[in-house]
Amino acid sequence: MSPVLIFRMGQFEAEFPTDRSYARNHMWAQRRGDLLRFGFTAYAVRLLQDVYFLDWGVEPPAELQPRQEIGSIESKKAESALFAPIGGVLTAFNGQLLDDPSAINLDKYGAGWLFEIRGTDEGLLTPEQYLEHLGYVWPVAQKTIKGQLNES
Amino acid sequence: MTQRCTVVLSRGQTIHPDRQELEQQLVSQLARDDRCEVLVVPHLYDLDAHGPCLGALRELEGDLIVLAWLYPRATRWILDRQGIRGTRGRTQLDDEDPRPESEPLAVAPADGRAGPARRIYCLDLRRYETPEPYVEAIGQIVPGTAGMAPAETGSLVPVHSVDETVKRRWYPVIDYSRCTNCLECIDFCLFGVYGVDEADKVLVELPDHCRKGCPACSRVCPEHAILFPQHKSPAIAGGTLDPGDLKLDLSSLFGAADDLLGAKDVAARERDEHLLIAGQRPVGTAAPPPEPPPPPVRPADKKDDLDDLIDRLDALDL
Repeated sequence: MSPVLIFRMGQFEAEFPTDRSYARNHMWAQRRGDLLRFGFTAYAVRLLQDVYFLDWGVEPPAELQPRQEIGSIESKKAESALFAPIGGVLTAFNGQLLDDPSAINLDKYGAGWLFEIRGTDEGLLTPEQYLEHLGYVWPVAQKTIKGQLNES
Repeated sequence: MTQRCTVVLSRGQTIHPDRQELEQQLVSQLARDDRCEVLVVPHLYDLDAHGPCLGALRELEGDLIVLAWLYPRATRWILDRQGIRGTRGRTQLDDEDPRPESEPLAVAPADGRAGPARRIYCLDLRRYETPEPYVEAIGQIVPGTAGMAPAETGSLVPVHSVDETVKRRWYPVIDYSRCTNCLECIDFCLFGVYGVDEADKVLVELPDHCRKGCPACSRVCPEHAILFPQHKSPAIAGGTLDPGDLKLDLSSLFGAADDLLGAKDVAARERDEHLLIAGQRPVGTAAPPPEPPPPPVRPADKKDDLDDLIDRLDALDL
């Protein structure tokens, strides 16, 4: 396992391997030939917690615009639409997750990968840059979550 | 002979263990009483119109109590769509329009498609984590039933379970108590989902032509009569009040930008996205019906915190 960087979310220490890049929508990206493989970062998984359902709205191969909505995820406590981290051609989803998405929680940086896109690294962040990004967005995330909890 | 009442349990779509546990507890408690039949089916929304489950449901006579992981309004109109109709029964859990149960409101729309005299009670399983409130509500609907018989003396009724292989589906459901037949949905949807019947009444003709995840027609409906029961926004899914354990929506944290746009802009953008996915050309807001020029998508004074943060990041030239 490569060295990891740590970001503290309250008491929780989220770990980020340094052998890959990161997207601002909290996905990691790892180059495999001309493809980039994406999965959720520890930050995303910590916010979602136990994932129960994953659903995709596009069929590979599919041309994606950056930030295009491509699916949705449901966990014990949260749900979210999912968006393309970069533009490019989506070539495959991780079929294992469709029946049982628990690998997202058990092995987010390995078997829990989400999809592969043929595209460039443009716009992706280094691990250090992603941690800096988290420094900005984590306070907003806490505010958003608290706001929704207070509403209901 | 009075018609027996049937409790229909529509199972959840996910492997959520808490939900499966609640379903099992409900079935075992309801099976202790012999005044209600219990019928377990997969998630109502996903059922095939010609499949065995809806076939079995259509054959039921007498009152129905439907427990589903859906807003009651969504459950009611999903059933209506499949020809399972009746008078809307009210329960103590009914907070949509809290009138006493003795004042039922006809489910039948104004177009005279009257249903049978039986009542249909719809309960939202997302409201409570334990079976007791549901069992109590059922006991109020059918006095003396449901869970009140002690386990050791109550004779077990058979619990019927009709199975069919279902996939998650996605299509609009029309609330005909609100629909004015203005046909804006037919004009707006470019995927041919909507059609009209012999009486020129709008209907969801080709549900599986609908683009998964796209709720755009619901946003343009002036009467909010179009439901997408699985959409995360309660207003689109058929809710009025949030169920107790409505989930956090983290979409804004994972990249959504909807909060900054008006409903029609969001609808047009969603339609464009799905046109692109379908290999067609995007039409923007200029498509029928003609729209006034859209306001600037992101007025400078309407930025939110996330935008400011992203801007600061952009300024860093990462």
